[in-house]
Amino acid sequence: MRTLVTGASSRIGCGVVAALAGRGDDVVTLQRRHVAALDAFDVRQVLGDVRDDRIVADAVDGCDAVVHLAARVGVVGSWEDFRSVNVDGTANVLRAARGAGTERLVHVSSPSVAHEGDSLVGEGAGPPIVGRRRAWYPESKAMAEQLVLAPAEGPTRVVAIRPHLVWGPGDEQLVGRIVERARAGRLAMVGTGTALIDTAYVDNAVDALVAAVDALEPDAPCAGRAYVVANGEPRPIAELVAGICAAAGVPFAPRRVPMRVARPVGAFVERAWALLAPRTEPPITEFVAEQLGTAHWFDPRPAAADLRWHPRVSIDDGLARLGEWFAAGCPEWPHAQ
Amino acid sequence: MTPALPTSADWERWGVPADWSRTIDVPERGAAARRWHVLDTGPPEVAESGPTVVCVHGNPTWSYVWSTVAGALAPRHRVVAVDQLGMGYSERTPRRRFADRVADLADAIDALGLTVDGPIVIAGHDWGGAIAMGWAVAHPDDLAAMVLCNTGIAVPAGRSAPAIIRLAASPFLLDAVCRGTPLFVSGASRLSRDRLTKVERSALAAPYRGAPQRAAIADFVDDIPLRHDAPSETDLAAVAERLNDVRAPVLLAWGPDDPVFNDDFLDDLAARMPHADRHRFPRGGHLLPLEHIGAPSAARVIADWLDGDGASTPAAATSVSEVSGDTSAADHRPLWAAIEDMASSRGAERAVVDMASGDALTWVEMLERIERGARALRSAGVQPGDRVAVLTPPGIDALVVAYAIVRAGGAATVADRGLGLSGLRTAIRSSRPRFVVGPRQARAAAQVLRWAPGAKMIDPGELVDGPPAGELPVPAPGEPAAVLFTSGATGPAKGVRYTHAQLGAQRDALAATYAISADDRLVAAFAPFALYGPGLGITTALPDSDVTRPGALTAAALSDACSKVGATMAFASPAALANVVRTASAVDGGAEIDGLRPLRVVMSAGAPVPSELLHDVANLAPAATLHTPYGMTESLPVADIELAAIDAADGDDPHGGVCVGSPVGGVDVMITAREFDAGEPVVALPVGAMGEILVRSPWTSAGYDGLWAIEAAARPADATGTRWHRTGDVGHVDELGRLWVEGRSVHVIDAAPGPVTPVPVERAVERRLRGTRVAAVGVGPHGRQQLVVVVEQRGQNGLASADIAAKVRSAVEPVGAAVAAVLAAGEIPVDIRHEAKIDRAAVARWAGDVLAGRRTKALRRH
Repeated sequence: MRTLVTGASSRIGCGVVAALAGRGDDVVTLQRRHVAALDAFDVRQVLGDVRDDRIVADAVDGCDAVVHLAARVGVVGSWEDFRSVNVDGTANVLRAARGAGTERLVHVSSPSVAHEGDSLVGEGAGPPIVGRRRAWYPESKAMAEQLVLAPAEGPTRVVAIRPHLVWGPGDEQLVGRIVERARAGRLAMVGTGTALIDTAYVDNAVDALVAAVDALEPDAPCAGRAYVVANGEPRPIAELVAGICAAAGVPFAPRRVPMRVARPVGAFVERAWALLAPRTEPPITEFVAEQLGTAHWFDPRPAAADLRWHPRVSIDDGLARLGEWFAAGCPEWPHAQ
Repeated sequence: MTPALPTSADWERWGVPADWSRTIDVPERGAAARRWHVLDTGPPEVAESGPTVVCVHGNPTWSYVWSTVAGALAPRHRVVAVDQLGMGYSERTPRRRFADRVADLADAIDALGLTVDGPIVIAGHDWGGAIAMGWAVAHPDDLAAMVLCNTGIAVPAGRSAPAIIRLAASPFLLDAVCRGTPLFVSGASRLSRDRLTKVERSALAAPYRGAPQRAAIADFVDDIPLRHDAPSETDLAAVAERLNDVRAPVLLAWGPDDPVFNDDFLDDLAARMPHADRHRFPRGGHLLPLEHIGAPSAARVIADWLDGDGASTPAAATSVSEVSGDTSAADHRPLWAAIEDMASSRGAERAVVDMASGDALTWVEMLERIERGARALRSAGVQPGDRVAVLTPPGIDALVVAYAIVRAGGAATVADRGLGLSGLRTAIRSSRPRFVVGPRQARAAAQVLRWAPGAKMIDPGELVDGPPAGELPVPAPGEPAAVLFTSGATGPAKGVRYTHAQLGAQRDALAATYAISADDRLVAAFAPFALYGPGLGITTALPDSDVTRPGALTAAALSDACSKVGATMAFASPAALANVVRTASAVDGGAEIDGLRPLRVVMSAGAPVPSELLHDVANLAPAATLHTPYGMTESLPVADIELAAIDAADGDDPHGGVCVGSPVGGVDVMITAREFDAGEPVVALPVGAMGEILVRSPWTSAGYDGLWAIEAAARPADATGTRWHRTGDVGHVDELGRLWVEGRSVHVIDAAPGPVTPVPVERAVERRLRGTRVAAVGVGPHGRQQLVVVVEQRGQNGLASADIAAKVRSAVEPVGAAVAAVLAAGEIPVDIRHEAKIDRAAVARWAGDVLAGRRTKALRRH
C-alpha cells in the first residue's frame, strides 16, 4: 500500500511516516521543507505547499491512502492565512484524492471544531460548528471537516480524526510551552486547576491515525464520520501539568488565575497582541483560557469500536518516557525512539 | 361559544403533536349530534400493541392533562383522551349531570368504535375518575383495566367534603369563583405549584378564557360534589356500590399533596377494590398525570403497569451463583410466645432493663403490661391489621407498646428518630396509621404537623391501665404485624410490611444463627434491634446513651449495661463500636470495662463494619466471637460472618469487596445481571461474576407499602415464578459459596472498559490511609464514567495533595481500576441513622462540579 502523509514535519507526522514505513508500506510525504529526520526511512519527500493544487495532485498520484496532517495551527496570523491553508489546502487534497481514485483519506481535525467554550464531559464527536469566528484555527478546521465529510459519490472514503492535546517527547506545542514557562517562572493555572482534561500521548495518536487508514475498508462504519482520539484517562489539569514539569525537572509553582479573570484577559491580550506583536504567540487567549479552565474529556468507545484502536501507552508510562527523554538531554527524533 | 381550536403553533408550544387533535360528531341520545374534541394518538406502529386507553379529565382541566401519559403510552397503545362536553375544546352544551356524563362517554367510545377490537383501559383523573368508574361498572366486558389518579367516588368515612365543594352551597359564590372569574381554573393548576411549567399552566387554562366558556365548570362543581343533597348523589352511590364487582386490574396512582383528593380518598377506593395496585408518589400533587415529580413519573409508572401484565415465557435456569443456607423448617410460634414461656418458667427474672432511667420489668410484669396494653388497644377500636404508629421514645415503654400492638393484632408502625424529623414525618404520613400511641407532646406534634390525619390518639398510660383479664385472640400468621422503615439513604424512607409469620420466622432465624438460648442476655445499643430481645426470650438491657447519636455510646456505658444483666451478647452499630473503642483506650483497660469480658457474641450491622474495628473490639471482649450479620430492613438476616472468617476472606481476595459470609439457614441468594429487565425471569450469573444481589427467605418482608412501581421492580420472579427481593446491593458469590458485597447498584461506576464497584476501591484506599473516610464515585455520563476517589481531610475542598493522590493511585492499581482524579473534602456526607452509609450520589455531584472546573459549595456531613 502506498500512503501520502501531508504535513510530515511535525512530531506526529514523523511518527506516522515511521510507523507506516516500518511495516513496509510505501510512503510519500508532502511538506514545505526537507525533513532530515525522515531520511532514516525509505520515503519520497515532495516539497511544496498544500495550497498549490498541482503539487498536491502530483504527491497524491498513485497513492492508495492519504493522511492529511498539514495545517496552520496556533493563534498568530490572518484569517486568510488560516483559511487558505486549512480550508483550500484540504479541498486540494480531497479533489486530488478523488481524481486519483485514492480510496482512503484520513483527515486530521481537532476537537476544538465542536467546542462551544463550556465543559465537555464524556462527550462524543459533536458536529463541527462554523460561523463563530472566535479563533481562526477552530473556525477554519471546522470548515475543512465539513468539506471532507460532506456526503459525496466517488471512490474516496474519508474519516476525520480529532486528536486531543497531543504530547510526548519532542512535542513543542504542549510540553515545550509548559516547560518553557515553568522554567521562566511564568506558569499560570486558570481556574481551580481541577478541570478534568483528557490528552493523547503522541505514540497513541500516531497509532490511531494508522488504525484509521486500516479501518477505511469498503463499507467501513467509520467512513464519513469524525472521532475524538485521546488516552481515555482524563486527569485534573493541575496534576497533568505538574507531571510534565516533574518529568522535565522544572519547578511546578503556578500563579492561580481565576477563570472570571482569565477569560476577559485572554480576549484582551489576544487583540492587543495582534496589533503590537503580530508575528508572535500571545501568552494567553480567550480560547486557551477556556481550554484550560473547563473539563474536556470524551467518550472513548466510538474510536475503540470503529477504528479498532486502543491506547498502548498510559498517561503514567508516557510521563515516565517523557522524563527519560528529558534526562537524556532531549535528543532529536527519531533517535529518541 | 365553543372556543376556537388551538393552532398548530399552540400545539407545538404545548409539546403535543398537532395531529393528535381532532373533532368528531357524536349523535346524542335522541338529539342532534354533539361535537367532541379528542387527543387521539392513533394506533401504535408495533405489531403486538396493547389495548386502547381512553382517558377522562376532571374539572376544571381538559384532555391536555393526559398528554404526557399519552406520549408515554403511545408506542404500545392507542390513547384517546376526550374533552368532556362543555369543557376543553368540545362543544358548549346545556348543564350535564353525572349520569349524563357517563352516558356521553359511552356514546363517544361507541362512536369512535374503540371497543370493537376488544376491551379497553379506562383512565380517569379528578372527577373524570368518577365518570370513568361509572363507565367501568356499566361495561365490565369491555374493561381491560382501570387507572385512577387523585379521584374519588364518595366522601371517605369521617371526613367532611373538600372546601371547594362546600362552595356549591352558595350559588352566588359558586358562580363567582368557577364561572364569573378564572379563579378556580388558575387555582387548580396552582395546587401543583412548581410541578408544572408556566407553559403547562397556560395550556390548562387556554380553553377557559371567558365566562361563557367556564359555565360547565360551575355546573360540574354543583352537580358532582360529594354532598348528601347533591343532585347526583344517588347515581354516585350506585357506582360506588358496584366497584366491588370490578374484576379487571386497577392501578391507583396518587399524588398525596392534594388538598381535595387526599390519601383518605385513596384508602376509600382501595377498600372498595381490594385487588387494586397502589402507587403513591411522595412528591406528587393533584395534577399528578402532568406533573414533574422526578423519577419515576406517573406516565412511566402507568406505562410500566399496563405493559407489565403480559405473560413472560419462563426459560430454564441453570443457577450457578445461587447459594442457599441450610434449611430447617420451623412451625410458626407467635412473636410473644417466648415472653409467655419465660413468664411461667422464670417469671421473677428481669426481662428488660433501661440503664438511662433505671427502670426494669420482670417477665411476669412484662407479659402483664403487654396483655393489658393489647386489651386496651382492642377496646380503643384496634381491629386486626390496623396500623398503630409507635411514637413512644425508645425505651421499655416503646418495647411494651410494640409488643402490645402485635399482641392485639394490629400492625406496629415503627419509625425511629434516626430517619431525621422530616424523614420521620414522611414515613408516618405515608403509612397512614389509624392509631397513634405516644406521650402527649408526640401526639400533639403528630396532630399539629398532620403526621397522621384522622388517626385516633392513645396515651401510653391507657395501655398500662388496660383490663387485667379478657379474651385475646391469636392473630392469623398471614395478618400484617408491622411496618418498618428503610433508612432512606437513597430517597424517602420506604415502608416495609411484615406479617406475624415473617416476624416469627425472623426471630427463629436470629435464634438459630447465634445459637441463642434462654440463658443468653442481650445488650442492645441499637434501638430497632432491642425489639428482638423479648421475642427471643432473653433478658435485654438498653445502655445509657443517646439513641439518635449512635456514635455517642461510650465503653463505660456499654460495660455497665453488660454488668447489670450479666450480658452474653451485645449488638451495636459500627459507629457506636468505634466510639466504644475510642473511649475504652481512655480508661486504660481498667475495671470500667469489665462488663465486656464475659460477652460470648458481639454483633454489629447496619452499615459496613471494617475488620480493623472488629479487631479492636476483640481486644476489649476477648471471649467474644465478633459477628457482622448482612441484611436490610426488608430482609434480615441474609448472611453472617465472624471475624476470623473475614480475615480469611480478605486474605483470599483483598480486592473482592466486603465478604459477608454464607447465607444463614433458610436464605437463598442469587446474583443476577445488574441491569435486568424486571419483566423477564431473572437468571443467576456464573460464580465470581458481579451483579445485583437477590435474596429470598421466609422472613423477607411482605413488600413495600403503597409503592406499586417500586414493589414491582423490587420483586422480580425467576423461571419457576418465585419472587426474589432485590437488595439494591451489588456483589458476587465465590467458589466457596461466600457472598461478597461491592456496593450499591446505583453507585457502580459505569466506566468504558467495564463497571467498577465502589467498595473494593474504598477498601484498598482505607487500608492505605488508615482511619480516613473514603468514597469512590463516578463522574460523567453512563457507559463512560471516570472513577474519582474522594478522601475526607479536614479543611480541604478540591484536589488532594500530590502525596495523597500518589498513595491513592498506587493503592487502587491492584484493584484493576484507573483513577481519574483524587479529591479531598472536609466532610463526606453520611446517613443520620448509622453515620456510616456514604451518600455517594451527593459526593458524585460535588466531584462532577469540581472536575468540570465549576466553583462549588463544600460537602457537609448531613
